[in-house]
Amino acid sequence: MKKQTVDSKPAGPKPWYDPRVRSLFFQVVAIAAVFWAGWTLVENTLSNMESRGISTGFGFLEETAGFGIIMSLVPYDATMSYGRTFWVGLTNTLLVSVMGIIAATLLGFLIGVARLSSNWLVAKVSLFYIEVIRNIPLLLQIFFWYFAVLGALPSPRQSIEVGGTMFLNNRGLYVPEPLTQDGFGLVWGALLVAIAAVVCIRIWAKKRQLATGQIFPTFKVGVAILVLLPVLAYFVAGSPLEWEVPALKGFNFGGGITIIPELAALWLALSLYTASFIAEIVRSGILSVSKGQTEASKALGLSNGLTLRLVVIPQAMRVIIPPLTSQYLNLAKNSSLATAIGYPDLVAVFMGTTLNQTGQAVEVVAITMAVYLTISLSISLFMNIYNRAVAIKER
Amino acid sequence: MGNPMTEQTQTSEVQSSAQGETGKNPGIIRVEGMHKWYGDFHVLKDLNLTIKQGERIVICGPSGSGKSTFIRCINRLEEHQQGKIIVDNVELTDDIRHIDNVRREVGMVFQHFNLFPHLTVLENCCLSPIWVRKIPRKEAEASAMEYLERVKIPDQAHKFPGQLSGGQQQRVAIARALCMKPKIMLFDEPTSALDPEMIKEVLDVMIELAGSGMTMLCVTHEMGFAKTVADRVIFMDGGEIVEEAPPHDFFSNPQEPRTQQFLKQILAH
Repeated sequence: MKKQTVDSKPAGPKPWYDPRVRSLFFQVVAIAAVFWAGWTLVENTLSNMESRGISTGFGFLEETAGFGIIMSLVPYDATMSYGRTFWVGLTNTLLVSVMGIIAATLLGFLIGVARLSSNWLVAKVSLFYIEVIRNIPLLLQIFFWYFAVLGALPSPRQSIEVGGTMFLNNRGLYVPEPLTQDGFGLVWGALLVAIAAVVCIRIWAKKRQLATGQIFPTFKVGVAILVLLPVLAYFVAGSPLEWEVPALKGFNFGGGITIIPELAALWLALSLYTASFIAEIVRSGILSVSKGQTEASKALGLSNGLTLRLVVIPQAMRVIIPPLTSQYLNLAKNSSLATAIGYPDLVAVFMGTTLNQTGQAVEVVAITMAVYLTISLSISLFMNIYNRAVAIKER
Repeated sequence: MGNPMTEQTQTSEVQSSAQGETGKNPGIIRVEGMHKWYGDFHVLKDLNLTIKQGERIVICGPSGSGKSTFIRCINRLEEHQQGKIIVDNVELTDDIRHIDNVRREVGMVFQHFNLFPHLTVLENCCLSPIWVRKIPRKEAEASAMEYLERVKIPDQAHKFPGQLSGGQQQRVAIARALCMKPKIMLFDEPTSALDPEMIKEVLDVMIELAGSGMTMLCVTHEMGFAKTVADRVIFMDGGEIVEEAPPHDFFSNPQEPRTQQFLKQILAH
């Protein structure tokens, strides 16, 4: 008992000189300030809306929208509800984001590797691409593609034709639409069987390599099966596919699938812009693998291709993945620049027209922000899982 | 700088003459009038050396003398610009097939180990046998375990390189090179990056390997090792081979003033 009193501190400093008391005090003040600001905002908004007669709640989603949208992946017309406009905007945003992420990744990896090429021309062209594209604002690039490139295409009557089935003009790219007939299910079935076969072959080839050392050309055989089996099924079923070819009707084309110039411009600009950043990330990832690793691999007799595949890339990936995730997130969020050229993405349709017509600012903004947050967190989650899979296990 | 034309024209002749001379055992490594430049800097000057099968050579010399560059030329990690290098009857030219053939038969151990950190010790050892020699994984693993036992670390097989000490890593690196069953082993200062207490465990493995009749070419400052196992000691300075002698003569009766000075410096304490 006595010892404890000796151990315990002598009379402490005055409370306002005690760092623990101080930090607790400031934290309490900060939390109080945040709550006060939040409460003021909510109360202010509610009272403003009440004085202007704006009803709160999500009931407006059931009301008729009454406006047209130039492109939608889900069936839509002006008689449908505001809730429907949300889905149209969301699917359009997801479409351009997914297409952009795929194209930017492929192009970015290609340019990143080309930047390190020992071929002078290839390396310099890549460098030029990266330096030009990543230093021009994205919005400017979207305008460039939309107005300068796609806007300069001929009018529908002077369309650029490819074999009388595809037409390119300033209203968009018109391609034939495949219409599946009875019996097409067989082709889908064949595709599923082909995928299953490829998976089995891959497992078998790996087992055989473990057992006998022989390396099976899995990739080539896999591609062959994936292509040949559905094609075979297609002819067995009696070609159950008809093409609806677009045709000029009045001032514009009808029928077929239309890729509107807004989508093309946005997709091009987003992919090219993000690819320049991904290229630099890939380059830094590859350079982060020390020269000693490549030398050791070559000294063991591994060819350049095998060295890249078995030694360099697995080590580069752990450096590439985290910043690559950020670029994917940027691309998804940058797709909201669609508003500038009138591509009907979530921001243009829902936060634009729907918000203007209903005046439900709080609800619409909250839903839109929640959607972007969900998209971003999903990308993050997926990439984190992948990152954990490729991370080097040390210690 | 260099003379690519003559080099090119001579290549085919050498190829054929080398095939013809095989019976006479002309040496598993032959270096003839070899020069190398880094830009304008003349790193290696007129090197001539013939190494017979089973010979153990130690190369020493002050830093910057070109000894590392020289042995890196032997498996074409560095290119030479003039002269010939013929390894196991294959001349090293720009032809990738020749380079791959030579690298398959020549193992190399580096100063900084250069183990692959994303693979376990066993996978490090099996990588090349599986992908280059196309040996079944089971066989490759069994053979790798034998070599890991030989370097006395079979119990570490399933650990990652980052979990091992420097000495253990270097012994894994030796085992990894041996798994390709090479005819020649190159050592580029294998003990220079090690803590003093770990040098012995690596040298023990190298001495054991020397006893098994492996052709070895070793850049090292370990003079004790040179005295024990070397058939010849080569002293390099300023990109040239200054002196070449059996270890006993080399250490007790060096001929050249530069060699004498070098030995005085490193054996002083």
